[in-house]
Amino acid sequence: MKWKTLQPHTKQNVFTFLGLGVVWVLVAVLRAQGVLTRSAAGLLVPICCYVVMALSLNLTVGIMGELSLGHAGFMGVGAFTGVVASQSLMNAVPSVPLRLLAAMLAGALFAGVFGFLIGIPVLRLRGDYLAIVTLAFGEIIKELITCLLVGVDEKGLHIIFNYKGVKGVEDLNLSPAGQVIIKGAQGATGTQTIASFTAGMLLIFVTLFIILHLIYSRTGRAIMAIRDNRIAAESVGIDVTKHKMIAFVLSAAMAGAAGALYGLNYSNLVAAKFDFNTSILVLVFVVLGGLGNMRGSIIAAVLLYVLPEALRGMRDYRMLIYAVILIAVMLTTNSPIAQSFFSRFFRFGRKGGETE
Amino acid sequence: MSESKKRPPTKMVPVQTHAIVPERDANKSPILECYHLGIDFGGLTAVNDFNLIIGRTEIAGLIGPNGAGKTTIFNLLTKVYQPTRGSILLDGRDTSKMSTAQVSRMGIGRTFQNIRLFKEMSVVDNVLVGLHHEMDYRLPSAILRLPDYWRGERIAHERALELLSIFDMQDLAETKAGSLPYGAQRRLEIVRALATNPSLLLLDEPAAGMNPSETSELMDNIVKIRDLFQIAIMLIEHDMNLVMGICEGICVLNFGEVIAKGSPDEIKQNSVVIEAYLGKKDGKNDAKEAR
Repeated sequence: MKWKTLQPHTKQNVFTFLGLGVVWVLVAVLRAQGVLTRSAAGLLVPICCYVVMALSLNLTVGIMGELSLGHAGFMGVGAFTGVVASQSLMNAVPSVPLRLLAAMLAGALFAGVFGFLIGIPVLRLRGDYLAIVTLAFGEIIKELITCLLVGVDEKGLHIIFNYKGVKGVEDLNLSPAGQVIIKGAQGATGTQTIASFTAGMLLIFVTLFIILHLIYSRTGRAIMAIRDNRIAAESVGIDVTKHKMIAFVLSAAMAGAAGALYGLNYSNLVAAKFDFNTSILVLVFVVLGGLGNMRGSIIAAVLLYVLPEALRGMRDYRMLIYAVILIAVMLTTNSPIAQSFFSRFFRFGRKGGETE
Repeated sequence: MSESKKRPPTKMVPVQTHAIVPERDANKSPILECYHLGIDFGGLTAVNDFNLIIGRTEIAGLIGPNGAGKTTIFNLLTKVYQPTRGSILLDGRDTSKMSTAQVSRMGIGRTFQNIRLFKEMSVVDNVLVGLHHEMDYRLPSAILRLPDYWRGERIAHERALELLSIFDMQDLAETKAGSLPYGAQRRLEIVRALATNPSLLLLDEPAAGMNPSETSELMDNIVKIRDLFQIAIMLIEHDMNLVMGICEGICVLNFGEVIAKGSPDEIKQNSVVIEAYLGKKDGKNDAKEAR
């Protein structure tokens, strides 16, 4: 048997990247031709962010097999870190792409650190503790950001943690040239919007590149082995906590990068945006796209994010129709008949899925 | 010091350890030594004073009626449970502070009574998880697909197929493990355990659910694995044909205590063993628990 024939997923990965490239070119052309309306073009960056969110959550839920209910919390950490990084580097790094890159890296780093801190106690435990703790984390981080006052002047960053709610912007002691970045409950205001569709697509590419290459490596196999059978994985010498930590921190960091991009797409951003509903929305993308199925996550995230916007014309019936479509998708993706029907046409389902 | 304090020198004598190993392993250090091993669950003593020594290339059997504590012993050896008393020496090293994963890396491979495969993964991926520590590339190389990733994966794949070919399973490599027939799942578990390069292989009821022809094939394969890898194998089994056919030393357990140890012929004639399995002759206890 040839080595290359043993790697059917390598071919699949290439096709996935090619497909994404085609979509990218297509959207760029449509936009240049003016076919896309202004409001549709405005959706492009958020769609990219939510695709990355879905991909990263799929790493936790689908590959690692643990439920996370606070993924928006990591997005929020990334968003506000990204905004602070971008605004404070305004003079030091005039180049917009470089500043965006720095902001996304900062967002990824901070979210990754939070993921690591949560992971230390929680990933040692068995059971649903991760779901409980991430749920709490998502709510807590939202409140913490609401207490933040951040400003920047030529002396550097000024940060006040306004937990009693008695301090104001003037307590930051900024010089006249200084600028307030985060104003507590009002969130980040006056942000220079430097996010772009190109950056979004590149972020999707990088995220997908990392996740797909992780899955088909010894680390990825170890993570999936823990998901399938923890005791058996331990019995072949796999360090459970370490591998869960790798998956969870990567997942949090990617959500942070997506958050940074999201935050830099709006001139005003409040922490309340990253609430439980957002976490559940991303979880819905992941579940409907298929647990562990990265291509499914991308498609589900795009369709389900666009759908409510496309249904805007239906007014009051919008969420009703949205709910009906969600239920219909759930029923069809779970029925064996529909599955065999689709698998005949699309051979890119989960590995070995046809042999059932 | 003073003359009165001087004691006569103690005379040391050899003591009978009761341990038996195959003659070919006699001059090598044993792979596994258990001394006074025991575990309590709450107030219940599941295993008490378990002593055992296994030679380097021995096929050892662990038998006993249901609930005797056989699987508990496997779980103690692999550190799924931490023993309450006693010590386990693997290749002469104390394992008391180790985790399951560490013990595995030190050389214990095992299978499970209720099959524990990575069901959503392919057959070859199951074996590759077992080969985790044989591959030496790091995560960044995997993500960037550097040459050492490809080299490591290629070598591991070849090794996985080679291991699968012991049981003629190389053609099933891309099948999902959960969809394999029962017997093949049991065999895959053995291959996965072998992939970790163990020096002691623990098989928990390897022949459960197999028909007589599959069982006799399995017996040949167990001996073949021992000869090929030169490792010790310890197995729990209820099929007496298999146990008496291939085991060299047998340990019989009842209510968490060892009631007999010896060669298959000695065990067959041991009255305590017969009593444990078939009940007392006077008919007061006529529970027939085993074949």
